[in-house]
Amino acid sequence: MKKFTQLNGLVAPLDRANVDTDAIIPKQFLKSIKRSGFGPNAFDEWRYLDHGEPGMDNSKRPLNPDFVLNKPRYQGASVLLVRDNFGCGSSREHAPWALEDYGFRAIIGPSFADIFFNNSFKNGLLPIKLPEAEVDVIFKQIEEHVGYSLDIDLDKQTITRPDGKVIGFEIDGFRKHCLLNGLDDIGLTLQKADLIKAFEAKRRVEQPWLFA
Amino acid sequence: MPQTLYDKLWQNHVVHTEEDGTALLYIDRHLVHEVTSPQAFEGLKLANRKLWRVSSIVATADHNTPTDHWEDGIKDPISRLQVETLDANIKEFGALAYFPFKDARQGIVHVMGPENGATLPGMTVVCGDSHTSTHGAFACLAHGIGTSEVEHVMATQCLLQKKSKSMLVRVDGKLGAGLSGKDIALAIIGKIGTAGGTGYAIEFGGEAIRALSMEGRMTLCNMAIEGGARAGMVAVDDNTINYLKGRPFAPKPEQWDAAVAYWRTLVSDEGAEFDRVVVLDAAEIQPQVTWGTSPEMVTTIDGAVPSPDDFADPVKREGVARALQYMGLTPRTPMSEIAIDKVFIGSCTNSRIEDLREAAAVAKGKHVAPNVKLAMVVPGSGVVKRQAEAEGLDKVFKDAGFEWREPGCSMCLAMNADRLEPGERCASTSNRNFEGRQGNGGRTHLVSPAMAAAAAIAGHFADVRKLS
Repeated sequence: MKKFTQLNGLVAPLDRANVDTDAIIPKQFLKSIKRSGFGPNAFDEWRYLDHGEPGMDNSKRPLNPDFVLNKPRYQGASVLLVRDNFGCGSSREHAPWALEDYGFRAIIGPSFADIFFNNSFKNGLLPIKLPEAEVDVIFKQIEEHVGYSLDIDLDKQTITRPDGKVIGFEIDGFRKHCLLNGLDDIGLTLQKADLIKAFEAKRRVEQPWLFA
Repeated sequence: MPQTLYDKLWQNHVVHTEEDGTALLYIDRHLVHEVTSPQAFEGLKLANRKLWRVSSIVATADHNTPTDHWEDGIKDPISRLQVETLDANIKEFGALAYFPFKDARQGIVHVMGPENGATLPGMTVVCGDSHTSTHGAFACLAHGIGTSEVEHVMATQCLLQKKSKSMLVRVDGKLGAGLSGKDIALAIIGKIGTAGGTGYAIEFGGEAIRALSMEGRMTLCNMAIEGGARAGMVAVDDNTINYLKGRPFAPKPEQWDAAVAYWRTLVSDEGAEFDRVVVLDAAEIQPQVTWGTSPEMVTTIDGAVPSPDDFADPVKREGVARALQYMGLTPRTPMSEIAIDKVFIGSCTNSRIEDLREAAAVAKGKHVAPNVKLAMVVPGSGVVKRQAEAEGLDKVFKDAGFEWREPGCSMCLAMNADRLEPGERCASTSNRNFEGRQGNGGRTHLVSPAMAAAAAIAGHFADVRKLS
């Protein structure tokens, strides 16, 4: 997994609540057996004017000029600013894969759906929860300043706005540790293989019907 | 201290707890399908890892499989490759059971698991699929996971998790005639919102839940995720135990009594405290129909399409305006005047035998309205299909002008050929009315199986209780 330590990134605003993972990456792209290459199809139905299918040359498709990520001022954005309940719906990890492949490294919003939130951490994509009022201010500031970017420091758990204001954010200690060091969860868990084996052996005796 | 059902399930699976409260949770059952597993199997291969416990895996192909002309196989080469990749991975890694495309017991993973007794009370059940919450109907801790976690469970039999908060949704009283678990689910989501359950594990309780069959409870728990809760659950009672008896993977006769004795403990203790309690009166629940692009955008069949002006919050108002534009609806239109183009009866929410019986009871002796281009019934599994055919339900549907299809996820998410065309409006028994969910530009209204059948017959949404 990619490490996440610090980021100074251009921010793109996606001003709608309940953005679901079907919108982030439509189902036809889930037929892939790979975990890369989803970026060109992130937000496919909003981003392009035609209907997208796997295998198309996306560089030749007509872009929807009204979709925020297509506006010249947000090209190269690595931070996505969102509204409530971002990433709701399907558990597809293709959603964070698509966002990460597009170029996002952090997503800031008032709330995230649980599974999406969890999946993001596994892919070096940092979801940050901020109070709604703070999110509102950033939405407003972006509107007023072309080239609006934020400084994110994971170790210090801070976001610094261009006006110098520093906003703190919360993150679980374990997730922070994994993200800062780019650690592979599986390797870490397997260090506890003996504990798992002991637990399993006890369970096999107590509830043998689970091990048919 | 009195414990909730969730407390008990949690405690029973903790292998280890980190300093920050992150727990290593043991997983009993891992359900696998073709869409969210290929990258996980590939990860295992790259790291030269094996499955920790082969007998925990039960797999099937469901999302990409066609629902007609099985003799032609899977025509879409990309879909076919994904299904064949699962075939190859199961062959290489193993499983307790695999029901591939065309197998007699193949079906939607959340229908197939319970009907085979692969889902048992007290288990932790995971699957790379958000509707894994379905299995909570059996007093399981069951929830969807991403593909990285699928790989993690395959390699370690565990999941890293933080304990959720607990919510009790109590539905008191008796549900009226013509109503079902689907109406309860939509009424709850209408009340708490699609993010209302975020961060919670929900237990559904109360008289109306106790009165639900296992099929009805599965429908309800299935939609816990649409209320934002990863896990929904219902305590064990006689319904649970009677359902499981004799299923292929249920405990063997010599283990049955011990299993039942343990299962009986899987209820919230008297006086157990929940972080949040939501109460609904079943007698007040009316047939539900969604009007927007989120399951919380729901009203009753007697209701009407709202106006954005009804909402004070600007983000919500904007969301409603956008939803109405997408759905092609005008504010104040009575729900019963909205005409439909297609009907879909199926999905992991509503494709079980009881769902098909309820829809067939409405369709019997009637005919699909001329303005309805397609009304399709997609049984949840081969087992459901054969049971329905043994009861003559297929004939009821076909005589009424419905198409009777092969099992699979089908038009719930339109990964196979079954889909809505842009602008088409559908009465659907599935779980998500998101933009494009059933096909690019398609317009989905979520309803119960009985209400879907009523809409098919009337050609527009109609109160199933008033259908003559």
